[in-house]
Amino acid sequence: MAERMGFFTDTSVCIGCKACEVACKEWNDVPDDGFVFRATSYDNTGALGADSWRHVAFIEQSRPIRREREQAGPEGGLDGLDVLGELGGPGAPGGSDGPGGPGGPGGPDGQEGVEGWLMSSDVCKHCTHAACLDVCPTGALFRTEFGTVVVQADVCNGCGYCVPACPYGVIDRRERDGRAFKCTMCYDRQLGGLEPACAKACPTDSIQFGPLDELRARAEERVERLRGEGRARARLYGADPDDGVGGDGAFFLLLDDPEVYGLPPDPVVTTRDLPAMWRWAAGAALSLAGAVAVSFATAGRGRGWRR
Amino acid sequence: MAAVRRGEEAMVPEAEFRSYYGQPIIKSPVWHEPHMPVYLYLGGLSGTASTMAAAARIAGNDRLALTARVTAALGAAAGAGFLVAELGRPERFLNMLRVFKPTSPMSMGSWLLAVHSGLTALAAASALGPVLPPSPVTAVLRAPAVASVLPAAGDAAVMATVLTGPLMSTYTAVLLADTAVPAWHEAHRELPFLFAGSALASAGAAGMLATPHAQAAPARAAAVLGAVVETVAGAVMERRLGLVGEPYRQGKAGRRMRLARALTVGGGLLAVVAGRSRVLTGLSGAALTAGALCTRFGLLEAGRASAADPKYTVVPQRRRLDAGRPASVPAGP
Repeated sequence: MAERMGFFTDTSVCIGCKACEVACKEWNDVPDDGFVFRATSYDNTGALGADSWRHVAFIEQSRPIRREREQAGPEGGLDGLDVLGELGGPGAPGGSDGPGGPGGPGGPDGQEGVEGWLMSSDVCKHCTHAACLDVCPTGALFRTEFGTVVVQADVCNGCGYCVPACPYGVIDRRERDGRAFKCTMCYDRQLGGLEPACAKACPTDSIQFGPLDELRARAEERVERLRGEGRARARLYGADPDDGVGGDGAFFLLLDDPEVYGLPPDPVVTTRDLPAMWRWAAGAALSLAGAVAVSFATAGRGRGWRR
Repeated sequence: MAAVRRGEEAMVPEAEFRSYYGQPIIKSPVWHEPHMPVYLYLGGLSGTASTMAAAARIAGNDRLALTARVTAALGAAAGAGFLVAELGRPERFLNMLRVFKPTSPMSMGSWLLAVHSGLTALAAASALGPVLPPSPVTAVLRAPAVASVLPAAGDAAVMATVLTGPLMSTYTAVLLADTAVPAWHEAHRELPFLFAGSALASAGAAGMLATPHAQAAPARAAAVLGAVVETVAGAVMERRLGLVGEPYRQGKAGRRMRLARALTVGGGLLAVVAGRSRVLTGLSGAALTAGALCTRFGLLEAGRASAADPKYTVVPQRRRLDAGRPASVPAGP
């Protein structure tokens, strides 16, 4: 097997341009996912799905922040803000914070609600322990030589089991087609020695592609730097090989809790508990056989068919 | 803005959580109605009916054995039909047997169903051969070469279903539990007993409805026992799950689960008091069958509701993290 490849999505430099969504659609010929006005910030894609393999989340945060940033310490209110927030979001209330930066010394009373922007390009996590792959009954889902998880469209029979199995809600069935689809980390491009379309198109290098080990090391440095700059809520998500999915092949640097971005805070590969599930089912099966035997034993002795 | 919402129920005081505009985190099961729930019912019915057929064979109750064999074969065949119809690409259903994959309950279930439906078909053919009116099929079954081995083969098949039958009736619990759907996954202890009880009630009901009263006593006993097990398992499940079990109590799924329980309890009680009354026996069998079906529809709906609200995904995971006990898996391959 070749080196395990991955994505490191550094959301602190995401500008929400959606170039990744477009590049993915174009390269992979992913059909439209309906044109729904969701009234959720700048996001009408909504979520990952059979027809959305990259999804840029937009979170406009409005929260009171403290002026005394130093006194508040690193846990102070600025932690939800990304670099763009410092320019003052387009919808900053009354523009009162001005170009000086929200919560900066220029703030009038330091208690204003301030607009902060969180943007993050979500994608299939290509889990180390991938539930979709585990539960697929046809072998359509497989692990590639790059350590990624890919659906073979000519094998998938559309049973739909992978869909509720994914702890991140990534893979989905395309109903008009009947099969399941998701990000392939551009398996075809990787085979040709190219980086995936989304990473290639990302103008700020928020999406970085490379050997997973290198990406993890780089991400550790980056998150340390951000914390050193006072971004106490900066954290890596999916980078720990000891987490509930054995670490993600596509992991993230987030600036707030994962659930704010629509990510599960502590995902588990469902098949971790499969041995226990089979034990309970075997116990129930034995009980069932015993119950049938009891039914015949009790009914046979009383009134009934023996006469 | 990240939505912060408070749980509606007083009994879950700490269900405050953050989410992305209240959107679901996991995907809802894509399985359709009636295919999926009806398959779950038929698979359970067939599995337990074949087990009853084996017990009836041992006890020498030939009339009930005939009913049970036919029920098991029809249930397995019809169930397989619903399963194929549920696929996004039904023409590729044989891909299910492309691999033998222990990590996939659906793969295990497909193999189980393939073996079980073959065994039950053989068992039913051997029982029906002598009793059906003459036809091209019975001509084959009564041909000397076939007729000489068919009874023994049928009996062997029935005895083999003592292994496949109870698993057919309970593996569906693993099928549901082995997902990220909180209401299903967290219920993996009780669900097998819920399915087992429901299957026992279903097969008992079918036996009561299609067997003369004098020979149907074991079926009635099974129906009553099944109704008790299903009701108790369901109650224990909802009690233990707490917040995650909410979908079983609320909304459309809650209504279905309550209706299922009323039908099952009512059918079970009727089976006790029906005596020789054909009307009461018929009502009891119908109520138990409807209850078992309703349970399956309720389970699917509860899974959908559980997946649709991010509360059930976020709150337990956040509690785990806040308690300093993040999830982990044993070291990978």
